[in-house]
Amino acid sequence: MTKVLIPTGALGLGFDRAALARGVAHEPDLIAVDGGSTDSGPHYLGTGTSKYSRGTVKAEWRALMEARAQARVPLVIGTAGTSGADAAVDWLVDITREIAAETGQRLKLAVLKSGQDGAAMAEALARGRIMPLCPAPEISAELLMGCTNIVALAGAEQIQEALATGADIVIAGRTTDTAIISALPLSQACHPGGAWHGAKIGECGALATTNPGSGVILIAFDAEGFVVIPMGETARATPYTVSAHMLYENSDPYVLYEPGGHLDVTRAQYVTLDDRRVRVTGSEWVPSDRYTVKLEGARPAGFQTVSLALVREPRYVENIRAWCDDVRARCSEQARASVDGDFSLELRIIGADATLGPLDTGARIGSEVGVLGIVTAETEALSREVAKILNPYLLHHPLTEDEPTPTFAFPFSPLEMSRGAVYEFCLNHVLALDDPMDAFRLEIVEIGA
Amino acid sequence: MTRLVDVATKVRSKNAGPFWLTCDIFCGTPEVFARVCEALSSKRVAAVLHTEAASLKRFEITDLNVLKFSLPRPYVQGTRLDRDMHGASYANLLAEMEIN
Repeated sequence: MTKVLIPTGALGLGFDRAALARGVAHEPDLIAVDGGSTDSGPHYLGTGTSKYSRGTVKAEWRALMEARAQARVPLVIGTAGTSGADAAVDWLVDITREIAAETGQRLKLAVLKSGQDGAAMAEALARGRIMPLCPAPEISAELLMGCTNIVALAGAEQIQEALATGADIVIAGRTTDTAIISALPLSQACHPGGAWHGAKIGECGALATTNPGSGVILIAFDAEGFVVIPMGETARATPYTVSAHMLYENSDPYVLYEPGGHLDVTRAQYVTLDDRRVRVTGSEWVPSDRYTVKLEGARPAGFQTVSLALVREPRYVENIRAWCDDVRARCSEQARASVDGDFSLELRIIGADATLGPLDTGARIGSEVGVLGIVTAETEALSREVAKILNPYLLHHPLTEDEPTPTFAFPFSPLEMSRGAVYEFCLNHVLALDDPMDAFRLEIVEIGA
Repeated sequence: MTRLVDVATKVRSKNAGPFWLTCDIFCGTPEVFARVCEALSSKRVAAVLHTEAASLKRFEITDLNVLKFSLPRPYVQGTRLDRDMHGASYANLLAEMEIN
């Protein structure tokens, strides 16, 4: 049997410390935690920076490093620093060094990097080693070279390689959410379908239980399947909470694609063991003919400046769409005549349909609206220049010519706010590898006193 | 007029990676599940999401009384025209659909 303790769905999200202690008392063979996801958008991969506060991450990572020392088992983090880009991995390695120095721990780190060189990816594309998934954006050598970060999602094989070094802590770049959990049970001859299925159930911590907020969950893997054991005091796993978790953030509730194959849970059986625990068997792992890893890439998509004006006067609120159309047309015309370079100007009406746009056919307007102006351009200076041209319109533009100049509310000065460079995800592709380690780099680092 | 939100236990939507959106309708009982599956044809759901029925994946999960739809995201997550980074608001469009 192989027991993996998962403290939370993501480092930085928080977890119940008492539940973590209860987990350590269950004598796990490994502690595994996810460090990120694409869920908060392309900025984090584009820049290689963390979404969560450094202080929060450090405090939680310190608690997990203490739990590791107490349990005397490896601690593994995947997708370190939100995106798993090389810079984000280095960021967490630095934090780990600080904690080791502060707590007097001497540690062996295995650092697994997932970052891909743009030129090497362009060459792989030319050699037919990069294949599109559905839906895939058009890609070219130029696009690949223009990405600020490309990462490949490591699977179980690369994590196993890192664990085989005997490291105390594995800090991995981008991995699949499940690989950090499935790697050990797979190498200890647990059921392959059970290893991947249990990993999927555990990857969001206690989300697959009746009390998601408790965070901590233990998955016990064996030769036929796995058992889900929540560590929160009141958390319960039921066949319903466990089987329903396959729906979560998954476009197909029965199938999960991983490097080297896919998981099929169509025939999985969920059985209640007692009022807290569920046992699952019958999940299948179907190996693929070719070993592929998924790629993620982010590239610059210009610079943005935004402005927010608040409109409270009833006649303007009532006619806000016509007002916005007029502001947009006049401002665009003026800007085109006075600036060099391409830009886009969009006005979103907060309080009407800013969330869903044209899909929201039943949108209703209340007593006030916010008008969010978004300027995107090739340079920072140009986006700011156009936003400055927009400002007088947002402040004073009248509905008709024959009326006193109105004045609208701005919550801030300056009126325009630079969002800096913006990025976009531009890859939904896989990369074929002859050896799973081909696209990854493993380094051993000794830290601490 | 009965809407989906009046009969379902929970309606949620979320990204399934940057390129996909997935919507889960938890119906609670087999009766509500049957009623919801009947009322929400793929064609109706596609129209509400301004997409083609052919691009919707539909899953009727009897064991869970869940009806699930997945579709390529209307705009790729985080691109200039995307308005909802996590894709959670799309659920409201389904929740407000009329159920006979």
